[in-house]
Amino acid sequence: MGLTSNSTGTSLLDDYTSENYDYLIALAGNPNVGKSTIFNSLTGMHQHTGNWPGKTVSNACGYLKYNNKTFLLYDIPGTYSLMSNSEEEEIARDFICFKKPNLTVAIVDATCLERSLNLVYQIMEITQNVVVCVNLLDEAKNKGISIDLDALSEALGVPVVGTNATNKKTLYNLKRTIFDVCINDNVSKLRDVKKTELIENNLSKILDGDNTELVSYIVKKCSEVSKKVTHTTASDDKSLTRKFDKVLTSKLFGIPIMLLFLAIIFWLTIVGANYPSKLLSNGFNFIQEKLLLALNYMHIPQFVINPLVYGLYQTTAWVISVMLPPMVIFFPIFTILEDLGFLPRIAFNLDRCFKCCKTCGKQALTMCMGFGCNAAGVVGCRIIDSKREKIIAMLTNCFVPCNGRFPFLITISTIFVGALFTGLYSSLLATLTVVLVVFIGIIMTFLTSKILSKTLLKGEPSHFILELPPYRKPQISKIIIRSIFDRALFVLGRAIKVAAPAGIIIWLLANINIGDNSILHYIANILDPIAKIMGLDGYILTAFLLGLPANEIVLPLILMCYLGNNTLVDLEDISTIAEVLKANGWTIVTAINTMLFCLLHFPCSTTLISIKKESGSTKWALLGFAIPTFCGFIVCTFVNLVSKIV
Amino acid sequence: MKTLYDATLNQTAIVKSIEYSCALRRRFLDLGLISETEITPIFSSVLGDPRAYLVRGSVIAIRAEDAKKILIF
Repeated sequence: MGLTSNSTGTSLLDDYTSENYDYLIALAGNPNVGKSTIFNSLTGMHQHTGNWPGKTVSNACGYLKYNNKTFLLYDIPGTYSLMSNSEEEEIARDFICFKKPNLTVAIVDATCLERSLNLVYQIMEITQNVVVCVNLLDEAKNKGISIDLDALSEALGVPVVGTNATNKKTLYNLKRTIFDVCINDNVSKLRDVKKTELIENNLSKILDGDNTELVSYIVKKCSEVSKKVTHTTASDDKSLTRKFDKVLTSKLFGIPIMLLFLAIIFWLTIVGANYPSKLLSNGFNFIQEKLLLALNYMHIPQFVINPLVYGLYQTTAWVISVMLPPMVIFFPIFTILEDLGFLPRIAFNLDRCFKCCKTCGKQALTMCMGFGCNAAGVVGCRIIDSKREKIIAMLTNCFVPCNGRFPFLITISTIFVGALFTGLYSSLLATLTVVLVVFIGIIMTFLTSKILSKTLLKGEPSHFILELPPYRKPQISKIIIRSIFDRALFVLGRAIKVAAPAGIIIWLLANINIGDNSILHYIANILDPIAKIMGLDGYILTAFLLGLPANEIVLPLILMCYLGNNTLVDLEDISTIAEVLKANGWTIVTAINTMLFCLLHFPCSTTLISIKKESGSTKWALLGFAIPTFCGFIVCTFVNLVSKIV
Repeated sequence: MKTLYDATLNQTAIVKSIEYSCALRRRFLDLGLISETEITPIFSSVLGDPRAYLVRGSVIAIRAEDAKKILIF
């Protein structure tokens, strides 16, 4: 394993000269141990914290002032080891080896000490000054795990501090220890002096390929030490986990249970969202009437009122009333499944299919993230090691309908399929339709992945090694708060930001006439021939194009297009939307094709930008636009042709 | 030669040696999977491959091809 000049990370310290700080500190640790949270609280910075491995891919740094000394802190990427080839691990290793920080703080997870210690030992093999910070003590306590910090310190021969990253008080200890160790250089007193020579030796071993002996030694040491200092009092619930796994992965029930879960989520969303949607819509209509009265009373000219009320206000109101209820129901349920540990099992069950397509089973995890947001799914592709498989996962992520597209699918399927029956059957049928659409999306993902593996991104599947964590009882109240505030409102906010200006633009397009017709009419006419081939119409295609910044606004835009400057405003429930659509020539075929095109079309601009950023090339972003659109065109045209023949 | 792929479900095997490629080695080292480690296949996925193994208290999914690279006693 050779070291090149660009892998040694000499450029990392460019902006920070030695005059600006007294001591250089590195923060290292496994992924997901709350490293970034500790970094933020120590430096007062707001680095983005998140809950998936690979979030921090490059070093972040910030200053900590304590007792008149300035410490420069580096948050290095979370890794399990220092001895491998991946980008993050190289960054981490090179920083500790070659930047020679005055102190390395190794942050470990109290809930799985044995695994975490592996990295601590590796760090101790290459540098002398180490402080171990045992984080997540509160979580460990909840699990009935207690750790004897003094015994750990004695066994490792370095200072050990216990913290709860979310509790600031516990961090004072850490600050004081960092200060003490730097000032007094008292680490080496604790450790064997002869160690220095050993370190030189081991360094070359770690950097070389031949380190099996060293690793074996470390692994044994870890299990020995963790056994000595950890006391578990909780009851063993492993057998229950095993039972769940048996059912979830059985040949008979595995796949049906997964589909059933998906169907239940959609059904709850469809049934639950209906009533609040109506309520919100009524509320907004009420406000709109009062708003119009007020504006007219103030004698504001009509050419100002109209775009503001019928453009900006109405589009925004529709986006909120159509999107908010499904999101508030969908996100928490989905987060519960995430917290349960259900998602890795899905990846486990589907890996065989992905292997057939010569890709990685972890793609299933990124697809699940895609259900929430495709841009998040694309960023999540970092968990896939092979570059080839990563790009395939990114390009196919938008075949999973994101949360911005669900309300659309749900509304259309309720109107055109659900309406064929009444009562419970109606919602069940609508659910089945949405599940079918998602299923088509999954099939398309496999198909496209396979084609890409055989053409543009040729190669053999790499490895799939995935940890299946134990099932955890989700903290329901926390989840509801977190998913509503962090996710639902965030996504909604983004949608509104786009919907408001788009509302004005579309109103203007629909109401500014050139000759006898509006601009919108001209655009729709240009797109109409292509749209007709696909069984859509020009307005639908226009709405999809204008919805590029956020898919959430496509349905409101379609309605806007049809209504034009018509002042029909009482879109109080789904049946009114249905009337508008049917009055504009929508049939069941139009509905099916629109749903298919919603599933298979270019992703939103945020996703495209993420693809460009993550893959490092515009080429992949362009393909990310072209591939799904092409698929959508083919599928819709095919369905249209079949419907014509039948 | 017996490999992890041949190990029967729920029967603990002991790793003899690992014929690993560079990329694989990284993953196995992360898991503490070295010679003389106890490893138990506990269940397989819906389609038979990959299988889940119990190693040092955590459950790990490994594909058949990769399991064939791990020799057991």
